[in-house]
Amino acid sequence: MKEYSASETRWAWIFLAPCLLGLVIFTYLPVFASLGLSFSYWNLLGTPRFIGLENYATVLNDALFWKSFGTTCWFVALSGILELVISLVLAVWLNRAIRGQSFFRTAYFLPFITPMVSVALVWGWLYDPSYGMFNWLLQQAHLIGKPIPWLYDPQTALWAVIILRVWKDIGYNIVIFLAGLQAVPPSLYESANLDGAGGWRTFWLVTLPMITPTLFFVGVMTLINGFQAFDSVYLLTQGGPEHSTELLVYWMFKNAFEFYKIGPASAIAYILFIVILLLTLVQWQLRKRWVLYEDETA
Amino acid sequence: MSLEHEKLKNSLLWALMLAGALLMALPFWVMVVTSLVKPDAVFQMPPRFWPEAFHWENYGRLFQLAPMGVYFWNSVFVATLTTIGHVLFSAMAGYAFSRLHFPHKNKVFFLFLITMMVPPQVNIVPLFFLMKSFHWLDTYMALIVPGLFGAFGVFMLRQWFNGLPRELEDAARIDGCNQWQIFWRVALPLATPALAALAIFVFINTWNSFMWPLIVTNSESIRTLPVGIATLKGSFRDTTDWTVLMAAATLSILPVVIVFLLGQKQFMKGIMAGGLKE
Repeated sequence: MKEYSASETRWAWIFLAPCLLGLVIFTYLPVFASLGLSFSYWNLLGTPRFIGLENYATVLNDALFWKSFGTTCWFVALSGILELVISLVLAVWLNRAIRGQSFFRTAYFLPFITPMVSVALVWGWLYDPSYGMFNWLLQQAHLIGKPIPWLYDPQTALWAVIILRVWKDIGYNIVIFLAGLQAVPPSLYESANLDGAGGWRTFWLVTLPMITPTLFFVGVMTLINGFQAFDSVYLLTQGGPEHSTELLVYWMFKNAFEFYKIGPASAIAYILFIVILLLTLVQWQLRKRWVLYEDETA
Repeated sequence: MSLEHEKLKNSLLWALMLAGALLMALPFWVMVVTSLVKPDAVFQMPPRFWPEAFHWENYGRLFQLAPMGVYFWNSVFVATLTTIGHVLFSAMAGYAFSRLHFPHKNKVFFLFLITMMVPPQVNIVPLFFLMKSFHWLDTYMALIVPGLFGAFGVFMLRQWFNGLPRELEDAARIDGCNQWQIFWRVALPLATPALAALAIFVFINTWNSFMWPLIVTNSESIRTLPVGIATLKGSFRDTTDWTVLMAAATLSILPVVIVFLLGQKQFMKGIMAGGLKE
């Protein structure tokens, strides 16, 4: 047994107290309360009444929940793939073109740090069917004939939200990819070059295998963040038209704060939690392998 | 491959990157230009890439239409206090986990770590009712206090303290400093770069935060910029005054861009080291 000094132990608890107390009250308490509420009926007046799995049954029998779940998966998958491909390509190019690298990195990164509500507002204007820059540019490039009613058509509204997300997030992925790419030993490229491998072959045979852990890390992170999207649909579409952009967190929000169905809202929250938890577990496994210097040495 | 060929390829790549960067910047450009044109010029085709004259009065109209000054101040106040508290509490806990020995240390650390697995959206409903029972709804308390604690900062700063030499702290102890003085005067100054990275991260996150302030605020006097902007957008019925909205967006984006550009180096390092996420 290790001996602990009483004064050091006291100091430790003093140092830990604010954060520990805060996490207990504002994370642990709500996470269990949320679970409790998901098994309860509560009309906001009396005390919540335990009703077992009824809320989950209600939610899982609700066609709109499944519509929302499907929309969310679609949104997460499509925006995720687009983000990964675009940011990987840009990162590989940025890694080569040295001149102006930090300028480009900053330019691509800026959208990531800006408030989603504000940029969603700007994109709402860009997407304007009659006067928006988006349709105008596409028409100038002869890519479309008639203007597209981006946010007003169930066929295109989700795409509008996806494009916005890709634009906002790729900068973050580029930075992580660049870090991964810069850790690839140059000698590998040299030997590939000596062996007469071209750019494409080098990418497939050297670059990609070397950054696979980074790729997985970024991939899972992108998925997790995708499931949490809310601000953009709140501002741009309010879930419409015809529920075509009803993302899960927004659907939960509506259930809780517009329909006051606290039980079902909590059930949706927990279903979301389980999905994200599974993804987080995968990510933590990968993270252990990826960030080598996080290994405990102290 | 010949040198000429390689050079050509590099310039081509460079041009492509530039085109991409311009595309990334286009929304910001349109935002600023739209905020400066005459309101009816917005509905003219082709769209403008440069204002015919600078109509700064759009910004004046914005301040008449919505209490932008109040929103702005609320955002500054909430983000600043949250940042200071969050960084301080994270540093204290991170220091304890790094330097002090106490019973059940690993278990407590684990309790901290697993909170990172909980997406904030899962907690939002009970947290709302918790705020209600505290009588904190529609007050700064609800906007600030729940944001003061997070395991990520603790984890990050613990790593940083682990990497610092202990000699200076030992010397301070011999000089008769107590544990708090050692932390405050010796360890904390050495952690400045990590504190800065965390501070920028927390400030930007709090500034951008939307769902939580939307849920817990009701009166204009307490709302932050993102909620205020969403309210302003919702207040237009028949025709939307895009010049005013773009002015509002510009004002809400400017502070985070400035904070980011000032601390870019630290922030990027933090991102690459630990995968800071929003």
